[in-house]
Amino acid sequence: MALSLRGIQKKIESTQKTKQITSAMHMVAASKLGKSETSNSAFVPYAEKIEEMVRHIVLSYGEHSHPILIPRRVKKIAYLVMTSDRGLAGPFNSQVLRKLETLINERHRHKSEYTIIAIGRIGKEYFKNRHMPVLRSVTGLPDHPYFSDLEDLTYDTVQFFIDGEFDQLELVYNYFYSAISQEVVVKKILPLITEAEVDELRHEMHSPFLFEPNEEKILKTLLPQYAESLIYGAFLESKASENASRMNAMRNATDNADNMISDLRLQYNRARQAQITQELAEIVGGANAQQG
Amino acid sequence: MDKQLTVEVVTPDGQIVNDVFDMVVVQAEQGEIGILPNHTAMISPVVISTARLKKDGESMKVAIGGGFIEVDDNHVTILVQSAETPKKIDVERARKAKERALRRIKQRRDDVDFRRAELALKRAINRLELVGEDQK
Repeated sequence: MALSLRGIQKKIESTQKTKQITSAMHMVAASKLGKSETSNSAFVPYAEKIEEMVRHIVLSYGEHSHPILIPRRVKKIAYLVMTSDRGLAGPFNSQVLRKLETLINERHRHKSEYTIIAIGRIGKEYFKNRHMPVLRSVTGLPDHPYFSDLEDLTYDTVQFFIDGEFDQLELVYNYFYSAISQEVVVKKILPLITEAEVDELRHEMHSPFLFEPNEEKILKTLLPQYAESLIYGAFLESKASENASRMNAMRNATDNADNMISDLRLQYNRARQAQITQELAEIVGGANAQQG
Repeated sequence: MDKQLTVEVVTPDGQIVNDVFDMVVVQAEQGEIGILPNHTAMISPVVISTARLKKDGESMKVAIGGGFIEVDDNHVTILVQSAETPKKIDVERARKAKERALRRIKQRRDDVDFRRAELALKRAINRLELVGEDQK
């Protein structure tokens, strides 16, 4: 029993304050998660439609010469890693960073073979501190991003690929399965398809569409836009995962605070009882002494 | 003319318009195209501009970013990275975006940045023009 009554009291109070904060953060994260899920579902029609268009065009167009489609010899891989700006989100950031670092160590021997594009302050600083190449980064994105918030990054990333800055693009992010389950995934998005997939597509029916002015011109704008939409979609997933992960972390923290408070209460009551017992013993002892 | 067009304007942030119209006019890369009912199935890129959706002699204007138009069996889908009806346009934001883009174009740091600034400028001007706030 190292602590005095007053000391335990103080500790209970401070734990209670912490609990208030964590439980408020839990509520905030829960409501943000709700909104994230709404923007995810708002994005679905766009994603489906653009994918359908890409399929239509790729089907009907014999030549697949666009650089976004065609796999080329891979000299440099870019990893787009999605983290948050703030911590206190449970394993959200650490698991994605660990995954990418392991992956890079396995695959690459030299810094010239890869580069990193970072979303979120935590990811950017993590790799900068380790002196790993960070080609581009974006921080300070709002909690409820619109497409325009990420537009610059997605545009640049796709342009870098077209210009040959790197030959393959992989996304590393937390995939949102549900509010209680998020998992790190690594997804190759550029080049868009492999030769095998092109052949597969061609076995399907022919497209009934008229392409104005022609397929090639459309591909030139459609494909980058499609690639950008894939990045944005992944970012929405990651954002939902972040909110879910933060929500769970804060709920655990609140539960822990509850446990701690009840332990401390018990301690406090014991200490108080001990004090009373001691005082009684002293009084009784004193009275006995006077009688004697 | 009994047939009408079902028009959807879809962006990554959600569906902006979903209604029935008599005619759709958009700015394609090669010029303006008008679509009436029973148009053949078609896909074409559209540029940053104002799309006009007409019904009963009235026309609804939508500021659109770059994207595509797909016509299929009297169903028109305008698939763009951004779209706003005049009411939804944030004039202050558009004006700031315009200034920022102009500044970046003047600095001309690198090609990627330049292209991007150019697009941002086009979008901002397009929005301002639609609400009639662009004094050049």
